[in-house]
Amino acid sequence: MGGREMMYRDALREALDEEMARSPEVFIIGEGIAERGGSYKVTEGLLAKYGKLRVRDTPISEASMIGAGVGAAIAGARPIVEILYIDFAMLGMDQIVNQAAKFRLMTGGDGRVPFIMRTQGGTGGGVAAQHSQSLEALFYHIPGLKVVMPSVPADAKGLLKYALRQDDPVMFLEHKHLYMTKGEVPDGEHVVEFGIADVKKPGRDVTVIAWSNMVLRTLQAARELEDEGISAEVIDPRTLVPLDLPTILTSVAKTNRVVIVQEAVRRGGVASDIAASIQAEAFYDLDAPIEIVAGLNIPVPFNLELEKASVPQVDTIKAAIRKVASA
Amino acid sequence: MNLATRVANAPSRDVLEKIFKTTYSIRQFETEGIRLYRQGLIRGYFHPYLGQEGIAAGACTALRKGDYISSTHRGHGHCIAWGADIKRMMAELLQKRDGYCQGYGGSMHIADITSGNLGANGIVGAGAPLGVGAALAAQVRGSDAVTVTFSTDGGSNNGTFLEALNLAAIWNLGFILLVENNGYAVSTTIEESTREPNLYKRGEAIGVESHQVDGNNPLAVHTLMQQAAETCRAGRGPVLIEALTFRHMGHHVNDPGKYMPAERLAHFKARDPVDSAAASLRELTDASEADVEAIKAEVDREIAEAVEFAKASDEVTVEEFKQFADVY
Repeated sequence: MGGREMMYRDALREALDEEMARSPEVFIIGEGIAERGGSYKVTEGLLAKYGKLRVRDTPISEASMIGAGVGAAIAGARPIVEILYIDFAMLGMDQIVNQAAKFRLMTGGDGRVPFIMRTQGGTGGGVAAQHSQSLEALFYHIPGLKVVMPSVPADAKGLLKYALRQDDPVMFLEHKHLYMTKGEVPDGEHVVEFGIADVKKPGRDVTVIAWSNMVLRTLQAARELEDEGISAEVIDPRTLVPLDLPTILTSVAKTNRVVIVQEAVRRGGVASDIAASIQAEAFYDLDAPIEIVAGLNIPVPFNLELEKASVPQVDTIKAAIRKVASA
Repeated sequence: MNLATRVANAPSRDVLEKIFKTTYSIRQFETEGIRLYRQGLIRGYFHPYLGQEGIAAGACTALRKGDYISSTHRGHGHCIAWGADIKRMMAELLQKRDGYCQGYGGSMHIADITSGNLGANGIVGAGAPLGVGAALAAQVRGSDAVTVTFSTDGGSNNGTFLEALNLAAIWNLGFILLVENNGYAVSTTIEESTREPNLYKRGEAIGVESHQVDGNNPLAVHTLMQQAAETCRAGRGPVLIEALTFRHMGHHVNDPGKYMPAERLAHFKARDPVDSAAASLRELTDASEADVEAIKAEVDREIAEAVEFAKASDEVTVEEFKQFADVY
């Protein structure tokens, strides 16, 4: 089967379009998503096609928008709540953490919450401390939430379609740098199940685990290191919860060396937890300490040079891979 | 505003019997539950609905199958009024397998989505957005189902109260926000919590039809709820209803409620919602005192059976729990 080159944002829109056509229970609410088509143009055209009952703008009421999504999901619908910035999702944490994530267990398993929060995070062009965070660890920490972070258009489409067909709350975390990146998306029905990592680049010497925008940066680092004779295998978990540890461990058994790259701050991050799992499961496979490349433990500054210094760049990723490869 | 206490067209005997039976069932369920709590058979938090029975009974009898409710931390009464099986409720309070949540939820989290009960809630104020969501789902489906969120005076000072009501308003949702104003957020009075303790006025401020009603008069609540439900089904929702009431005891079983003035408690106890429901049944229908006593006897028997059922049920095992944990 062939494929088409398309932008990340268009792949997301295609997923929404196909799933809205497939099920009348799917609807979208968010700020400026209807007539305007969203800040990143993901929902452009959906209002005209599906009408104002299923594509609607909201006031700036994140806690209640998210809560309404959770309530609609409990009532059996398949709502998508688009939150402009992941930073703004903090206003809705009660509904995410105490309501959506808890309902299944609190009901003894009978109650399900097929609620999707689509939002975007990460640094990008000087939008400063309250619009630049990578907060996946907050959701990763809460049992009951699925955490999805696609890096390429094909995964964005396939994972979003899968999210709309499963029954648990999903934090669908996009990245502001990725919307206009391009990639091939398979023709026809393309659904990507949760919990299956993708080897974005095979390699022999070092396993490098990265997600979201860091996959692109890591791939560039890995390509440049080929010239130095270092062969890095780049693994994108695609979903942090559930996490495909077996694919990671298979790679570690081959390379015996690991680098984990995250844009989020180092302290309390997902990388640390993945590193802990690797050392617990594959300690004797390791020939070197696991290296983590992460954001500094500091809010993201406005100044562009300082912003760059606060999160991993191609050079810092290369340095970490070199270090582990030669250790 | 309308302080709706008069009844133009009295409901049928069936409805009045149901309202009375519901108030009395809640009263007896809570009384028995408190006894079991004090015996150590019920653990955790138990927030009794004693004194407020008329609101749940009046409201839920005005709704129909297909509608939704969302409830509060003080939620036993809403579940019973909604038609929950008190055997399974009691089993849940005793953390047993046959409970609504198999002992995973407890008093503050009883839910039954198959019946449209979106659940009690341990987070004060969190139920309103959930209710708006159910109402939103109904609208997307083209259904005229109504969602009632039971909220509280305490919950009214959470930001989601106005946010959620405003969302319902701009979308004309079939949503009724029923605020049970019992005067206290735990021990802090409503007068200490807001400069305008007439909470229904908050709805008027954002263009929502709003009413205040005597919450200790179940028939008044029922009548007003019927009108509100019709308004919602006609696409003219939402509606805010403030029901004035008072707890018969502290915030939870272990709170003696010493901060509650004796004369105010006496005032409300003299206007007991269970008595009010019995009086309506006697005065507005041909039901006799013996009929009222027969209903009481039936409820007492059901409560006793529920306790036996709950005690006899076993508990989910740790092995089963670990299997459940695998889905996370």
